[in-house]
Amino acid sequence: MIDIRPPIKATNMKKHHALQHLLKRLQKQPKTLAPFVSLLLILSVTALITPGFLEIKFVNGHLYGSLIDILHRGTPTALVALGMAVVIGTRGIDLSVGAVIAISGAVTAVLTVNTDWPVWIVIACALGSGLVCGLWNGLLVSIFNIQPIVATLILMVAGRGIAQMITEGQIVTFHSTALNAIGNEFFLAFPIRVWIALGMIILTIVVMRKTSLGLFIEAVGANVRASRLVGIEARLLVLSAYIFSGFCAALSGIIIAADIRGADANNAGLWLELDAILAVVLAGASLAGGRIYLGLTIIGVLIIQTLTTAILTSGLPVQYNLVVKATIILAVLLIQSPTTRQWLSKRFQSKRRQNPKKGQNSTSSQNHGRADQ
Amino acid sequence: MINERNLPIFATLTVFLLLYGFGMYEYKGFRDTLVFTNLLTDNAFLIVTAVGMTFVILSGGIDLSVGSMIAFIGVLMAYLITSLHIHPILAIAISLIVGTAFGAIMGMIISVFEIQPFIVTLAGMFLFRGLAYLINLNAVPINHPFITALSDIYVSVPGRGGLTFIAMAMLVLLVVGILIARRTRFGMNVYAIGGDKQSAALLGVPIKKTTVKIYALSGLYSALAGVIFAIYTSSAYPLAAVGVELDAIAAVVIGGTLLTGGVGYVFGSFLGAMIQGVIQTLITFDGSLNSWWTKLAIGGLLLFFILLQKAIVFWAKKRSPAT
Repeated sequence: MIDIRPPIKATNMKKHHALQHLLKRLQKQPKTLAPFVSLLLILSVTALITPGFLEIKFVNGHLYGSLIDILHRGTPTALVALGMAVVIGTRGIDLSVGAVIAISGAVTAVLTVNTDWPVWIVIACALGSGLVCGLWNGLLVSIFNIQPIVATLILMVAGRGIAQMITEGQIVTFHSTALNAIGNEFFLAFPIRVWIALGMIILTIVVMRKTSLGLFIEAVGANVRASRLVGIEARLLVLSAYIFSGFCAALSGIIIAADIRGADANNAGLWLELDAILAVVLAGASLAGGRIYLGLTIIGVLIIQTLTTAILTSGLPVQYNLVVKATIILAVLLIQSPTTRQWLSKRFQSKRRQNPKKGQNSTSSQNHGRADQ
Repeated sequence: MINERNLPIFATLTVFLLLYGFGMYEYKGFRDTLVFTNLLTDNAFLIVTAVGMTFVILSGGIDLSVGSMIAFIGVLMAYLITSLHIHPILAIAISLIVGTAFGAIMGMIISVFEIQPFIVTLAGMFLFRGLAYLINLNAVPINHPFITALSDIYVSVPGRGGLTFIAMAMLVLLVVGILIARRTRFGMNVYAIGGDKQSAALLGVPIKKTTVKIYALSGLYSALAGVIFAIYTSSAYPLAAVGVELDAIAAVVIGGTLLTGGVGYVFGSFLGAMIQGVIQTLITFDGSLNSWWTKLAIGGLLLFFILLQKAIVFWAKKRSPAT
């Protein structure tokens, strides 16, 4: 069917092909369906409750609407979650990202106010501070063999102290047209920060999936000893995973600081690490390392952000926000849990047995479930 | 010869004595017993939380919900006493049962659905904070003669110091915690699960039942901390005790408990929380240092103790094949 199409529609064809590929993958791995279904469900329920939720307006070359707002607000979490996913793939966790956000925001603000350095140097310094933080975490985990949760806890506690030291305990506000653009301006109808995040996401997915790096990282997370035996330099990979996470957090910190045009060492990125970890887990990754799903992680971020925005726009009193969020996340987690999946596949199997034609399909899906665990 | 397992707790004790000794050497006011009894009172809720957290961490898990639980229990208690006019004793009992039940539910989800404790208790953290908001959005004073009577109890000790009710309650709960860890079958099971889950299961330790009990116990202790916090401040505030889970985890780690589970003492967590208190007191006494130094000092101490543990484990491993 594809062959008949004229060559002009090459891009369209590619899209079509990609869609088919995606559908095939979804059929093969029912597990990856869950986040998509959850997001669609939450979106449609919200659309029913709040009329106009799905509406997008085009004003002065900018897109406006709740959906764009979700993308806009979701960027810091998405960036952090990207780094977090890579770290979780190595069987680690990075609790310090919130503190790194505070540090990079503080560096951005203080350098903008106190020096007349060009913006790109300020941004490079802020990103550099994130790299140093990531290097510190990575060294503790890979060289000193400290448990990731503890190693990054140190910077989580001390990092906000460092950020306060940089800002000298003040909330430093600044004015910079370039930084303001990063925080709030639009480019090609979408917020600039969304483009930045999109660029990072695509870059990460390409590097992780088109080079062997992703495979190596997941191999280290799945089984350190086995990966060492096949010649993977585990220490260097783990180190670079934490450095990458630090970098992502720093980038997120710059965006947050640019958004509010100031650095708040106490509250910038507070509890963002938890949202990021939740997003990675919602995407179906295990905290015990191994397979990670970068694209689905972003879907996870969108689920969390949609929930937050939906609750705010639905007119529900603010105090219900956390309870609803916690309940829905718990429900999604319970549905995705191995126990539920086993129970479901058992039920499916007994049904399929009466219907032998489809039996093959069900066993293959069960095997997938086992392999993922 | 000191057993290398006991070395972390001796290191913790040494650091505590050194910090306290430094304070006594540097400041005259520090030598009074008042400073010590104030430490007990001011850190009572943190110590009680840390005792419950010790069991969770000993079993190889983690409980992020304790801070929110403290706030939720405080707000619930205030609601029961001031709005429903229930007697405080009954209100406290109800709050404790609610806290224990929520802990048990989290334990059940962790053991039955096999979701990581980190994620389940994280959801719990959001849920309890949210429930606290649902009951009340503002700070509420708890005015009841019984609560006032409780906070007026004061047993003088030599010097200017004295033990308050919450300090004594904390000490009792600490002793109970130590006894549970050391003298009961449940305590042994916790150590066994933390040491090696598979071996423990093969030896007949009821993993699921014990896991539920561990998180129920942590729920109970953080609920008790919530009651203590409410008596301490004579008020309830849904935004109270934000980040206490981190302080509690830090206290447990500084106290020498391995986060991988299986090794550690409840008493160590007491010392870990007291060290944090001493650092804060020292910074207050100094007056010229800013509050962020507390965070930096605690972060540095965490690093020190973790590296110390690593060194000890390394040393013990090196020695064991030779002997």
